[in-house]
Amino acid sequence: MSKMSLSTRMILVLTLITVLSGGILAGWDTITKPKIAFHRQEALKAAIGDVLPAHDTYSSEETEFGTIYIATRDSSDQPVGVAFMAMGSGFQGELRIMVGLSPEMTQLTGIKVLEQIETPGLGTKIVVDPSNKKDPYWFPAQFRGVHVSPELVVVKNAKPTQNNEVQGITGATISSKAVTDILNNQIANIKTVWTSRGGPES
Amino acid sequence: MSSTLSLKTEFIKGIWKENPVMASLLGLCPTLAVTNAANNGLAMGLATTFVLLSSSLMISALRNLIPHQVRIAGYIVIIATFVTVADRFLAAYFPSISASLGPYIPLIVVNCLILGRQEAFSSRNGIGRSLLDSLGMGIGFIFVLVVLGIIREILGSGSIFGFAILGDWFTPWMVMILPPGAFLTLGILIALANWYNDPSRAKERRAVS
Repeated sequence: MSKMSLSTRMILVLTLITVLSGGILAGWDTITKPKIAFHRQEALKAAIGDVLPAHDTYSSEETEFGTIYIATRDSSDQPVGVAFMAMGSGFQGELRIMVGLSPEMTQLTGIKVLEQIETPGLGTKIVVDPSNKKDPYWFPAQFRGVHVSPELVVVKNAKPTQNNEVQGITGATISSKAVTDILNNQIANIKTVWTSRGGPES
Repeated sequence: MSSTLSLKTEFIKGIWKENPVMASLLGLCPTLAVTNAANNGLAMGLATTFVLLSSSLMISALRNLIPHQVRIAGYIVIIATFVTVADRFLAAYFPSISASLGPYIPLIVVNCLILGRQEAFSSRNGIGRSLLDSLGMGIGFIFVLVVLGIIREILGSGSIFGFAILGDWFTPWMVMILPPGAFLTLGILIALANWYNDPSRAKERRAVS
């Protein structure tokens, strides 16, 4: 070891460490990968169930704007709702929202924010609002049944009066508006996909 | 210097006298960022302690092998490996904790508490001593994170480890779960610890007892 030149020793030791590290990570990855994939799948399933009306099964379909999930009841071929993911910038980072739409593409059937890094206590009310003890989920819940054309609008410090309006969060106007902007944008995309697909015929 | 300390002192020092957060102000990023709830503080403390222990084990074992010039590169690879292991472990077995800690688990790589212990201790001491040192430091870190998390969660959400303990009359102090609450709480805790550790007061305590 001492006969070896310093640079050879540096290369040897660093190679040894990185090979060891790679081995540990590769082994650990094979153990944890299926479990992580399983949790992702479960979270996705739960979110689809949350945003769509009662259904028995759903099928997924790849489109140029991401996967759409079409829910049906066993009794009929007519879809009861369409779910899809909407993504975009929130106040601090990316928001990922699962959205449910009626098959006519007129009304929201529900939304669920899956990922966000908004300001704790303010922007995070788009997921849950612990300060509202009676109805902590008032913000996401109010989207159910809201009409999507004309586009969704946030109203500040007032109750919504139009059927395309939702009430904004006090102190988190940007987060509230980010949600509607992301929804409006992706809903427009999905509408074109849905129309080109021939509407709710499948 | 450090080799003259008894094994017990080596272990105990990290918990109070040389506590990584209270005395050395190391690892403040996770300390301030994830302690908005006691659960998060505990999970972050445990993950950091795991990384600290495993890295110390590896680095003290390899300490005579790693050339001085490339030691930091070597340490970082070793630390990053164990951080990834911890991150994947949480994602696979505790997905909800993993989701609430978000990017802060991968950021343990740059927690100066860990690199600091390797550089100051594990690279100069045997495996046993390094593990004791890391365990003490880890417990000290968990202790501060959990205390901070408990205080902030009670005042900021009216609950403790997720269980509501304050009734409906309590209006949560929003500021406590926001970053300013972290700075205020940590500042007050450090002030109290310094007041308690003040040499003249310590002398008084000895005189009384």
